[in-house]
Amino acid sequence: MNELPSFDANLEQEFGLINPVMPYLRQDRIPHIWCPGCGIGTTVNCFARALTDSGMDLDKVAIVSGIGCTGRVAGYMNLDSFHTTHGRAIPFATGLKLANPGMKVVVYSGDGDLTAIGGNHFVHAARRNMDLMVVCVNNFTYGMTGGQVAPTTPVGPSQTTMPYGNFENPFNLPFLADACGAVYVARWTVYHVKQLAKALLEGLHKKGFVFIEAMSPCPTLYSRRNRLGDGVDQLKYYKEKSVIRNGADTKEVGIAYQGEIVVGKFVDRDRPTWLDSMNEHYGKVFGDRFTPYGVTDGQE
Amino acid sequence: MHADPKGVLTGIHFIDGDHAACEGALAAGCRFVAGYPITPSTEVVERFASRIPLVGGVFIQMEDEIASSIAILGGAWAGKKVMTVTSGPGLSLMMEHIGLAVITETPCVIVDVQRGGPSTGLPTLPAQADMMQVKWGSHGDYEIIALSPNSPQECFDLMIKAFNLAETYRVPVFFMMDEVVGHMTERVAIPAPEAIDIVDRKWTTKKPGEYQVYMPGEDQVPEMVKAGDGYRIHVTGLTHDERGYPAMNPVAQDKLVKRLIGKIRDHREEIVDVREDGVEGADIVVVSFGITSRVAQAAVEQARTRGVKVGHLRLVITWPFPVTRITQLAESAKAFVVPELNMGQMVLEVERAVAGRAAVISIGHAGGTVHEPITILNRIMEAAQ
Ligand SMILES: Cc1ncc(C[n+]2csc(CCOP(=O)(O)OP(=O)(O)O)c2C)c(N)n1
Ligand code: SF4
Ligand SMILES: [Mg+2]
Repeated sequence: MNELPSFDANLEQEFGLINPVMPYLRQDRIPHIWCPGCGIGTTVNCFARALTDSGMDLDKVAIVSGIGCTGRVAGYMNLDSFHTTHGRAIPFATGLKLANPGMKVVVYSGDGDLTAIGGNHFVHAARRNMDLMVVCVNNFTYGMTGGQVAPTTPVGPSQTTMPYGNFENPFNLPFLADACGAVYVARWTVYHVKQLAKALLEGLHKKGFVFIEAMSPCPTLYSRRNRLGDGVDQLKYYKEKSVIRNGADTKEVGIAYQGEIVVGKFVDRDRPTWLDSMNEHYGKVFGDRFTPYGVTDGQE
Repeated sequence: MHADPKGVLTGIHFIDGDHAACEGALAAGCRFVAGYPITPSTEVVERFASRIPLVGGVFIQMEDEIASSIAILGGAWAGKKVMTVTSGPGLSLMMEHIGLAVITETPCVIVDVQRGGPSTGLPTLPAQADMMQVKWGSHGDYEIIALSPNSPQECFDLMIKAFNLAETYRVPVFFMMDEVVGHMTERVAIPAPEAIDIVDRKWTTKKPGEYQVYMPGEDQVPEMVKAGDGYRIHVTGLTHDERGYPAMNPVAQDKLVKRLIGKIRDHREEIVDVREDGVEGADIVVVSFGITSRVAQAAVEQARTRGVKVGHLRLVITWPFPVTRITQLAESAKAFVVPELNMGQMVLEVERAVAGRAAVISIGHAGGTVHEPITILNRIMEAAQ
C-alpha cells in the first residue's frame, strides 16, 4: 500500500536500496511490529521526511509516545525517545519540554491514547498552548488491544466492544483541538503523503500546541471486521472521499462512516506559549530580579 | 557536592512542615515541580510556586495527579531534580507512574502528606495509612524508598536525604508526612549551602555510542543522561534490555526485575535509618515512625519512670524496613509495641522480622488525631507484666 520504500532491512541489504528514511530509524529494531497494510509506517515515513527537510539539530528533537500500535513509533525513531503509559504522553512531554525548553518535543500516539484515556491532558495542553507537536494517528479503533470502539469510531461500524455496530457519537478531533486553543490544526490521510509530510514540517517549525491528525488504515481490526477490504481499499476510500479544504471551519469536518473526509490545514495562528506567558508575566512582576527561564530553543 | 545557594534560605525560621519540606526540596536542588492541589499537602506546592521564579525553575499545576506524576518523570529525563506532592486520593491516582518511575529508573521524590482515608476520608486530619500503598500500590514487583519525618526540622533535613537517595538509587522516593507534621509550626534551622551535602545525578562520562542507557554499574544502578545531549536514548515502560529496547521474554524480565529489586535490597543496610533510644537490652521495644514517634516517646519516658526497661526504635526510613536490626533486638526483647495511625500496617513488617521470638503488640488507630500517650503507656505496662 505504501508508495514510499519499505523498511525491510533485508531488502535493503540484498538490493542495495538506500532508504532515505533509514537514518531516522533505529535500524537494529527493524523489522517493526506493524501489520501489512497498516498506515502507521507511512506516517513515520512522512515524519522522517519532515525531519530531513526541517534542517533541525536532531539531537534536540525528542519524541514521546503513549501505548498502542502507534505508541510504538517512539521506539523506532533514532531520536531521544520515550514510550510512556497509556494516555499520558502529553503530560510526560510537558515535563520534558518545561524542564529543558531547548528541546523540540513531538508527541506521537494513537487516537484512543490521545483522546480517550488521555483526553483531559490533550484538552489542557492545548488550552495552555504548551509548545508540543502532537501527531495523532487516527485509525478509528484501538488497534493494539484488538479493535475495540474508540472515541473516533464513526457511528455504524462494528468493533469488538460494539459488536452490533457503534452507536456512540465520535469526536471531531480538529474541532476539539481548535476549540481548546491549538495554534495549528491539520488533517491528512496516509494517501496524502506529500501534504502530511509538509504539515509535519510546518508543525516542527511552529511554536505552540500543534495538532496533526493523520488518518490511517487498520486493516487487521477495523477494515476487515467491517468488510471494508484491506489497507489498499482504505487508501482508495481516502482517495475517493477526501476533499481538500484548507481553512475549513473545524465544526464542519466531522467524519461519518465511510463518509467524506475533509483534509487540509484548518488553523494556523499565533498565541504565546505557556512558557512565553510565564516569562513575560514574571518579567513584569519581578522586573530585573527575574531571569527569563529557558529562552533558547536549541534550534538557533 | 554542596547545595546550590540559589535554593537555600539559610537562617532560623518558624514554619510548618509543609513549608519546610518545600525549602528542603529547593535546597536539595529541586527545580521542577508538577502538582495538583490537595489538603493537607497544598502548602508545599504553594510555597514552591511562590519561590521558584527567583530561584530559577518551573512549577506547573497540572490537570490532575496522573499528569503531575508523569510530568515530573519527563522533567527528570530533561535533567532536572523533580518532585510532586499529594495526599491519599492523589496518591491513588499516581500509582501507574510509580511503576513507570521504577522500571525506567527515574529519580523523583513524591511527597504524601497523609490524611484519613479510605477515599476522601478526613481531608484535614492526620493518618499514617498509606504506608503499604506506597510499598505495594503499583502493579508488579518493585522496591522503593520511603522516609517518615516527625517534625518541620526533619521535613527540611530528610527532604535533602530523600533527593539524595532518589539520585543514588534512581528510584522514586516517598516522603511520608502526615497532616500534623505538615501543619505544625516549629523552629527550622536551614544551614549554609556549604553545609548541605547534595548527591548529583549519576551522569555518565561515556560518549554517545559507548553508552547504554540501562547498563548497570557495580551498584546495579545505571548511569544517566538527559534528553538533548546527543545520546538518542530510548526509554520505555516495557521490559527492556541494557540498550533500553523492549525485550519481552522471561529471560529479560528475570534480569531486569531482579536488578530493580536487588539495587535496593542489596543496599538495605546502607539505606535503613533508625533512631534508637535505649533499645539495647530493653524488655520492651516500641517501634514507631512519623508523628506517632513523638507521642510514643512521651509514653516511653513515662514507662521508664515506672521502672520498665523500655526502648524506642524510630523508623526514619520506613522502606526498606530494618529487618536485620529488629531481628537482632528480638533475640532479647520480650515484646515489641507498634503504635501507628492506621489499623496495623508496619506492624506486619515487625511481626515478620520478629518471627515469633517475642510478642508483637499492634496499637492501631483509625486516624483523625494522634494517639493519646496513655494508650501507648498502658500497652507498654501490660506487655511488661
Ligand atoms: C492504563 C491502561 N489501560 C489500558 C491499556 C490497554 N491498551 C493498550 S493500547 C490501548 C488502545 C490503543 O488505541 P490507540 O491509542 O488508538 O492506538 P492504536 O493501537 O490504534 O494505534 C489500550 C486500551 C493500557 N496499556 N493501559
Ligand atoms: S492492528 Fe491495526 S493499527 Fe495495529 S499494526 Fe495492525 S493494522 Fe496497524
Ligand atoms: Mg487507534
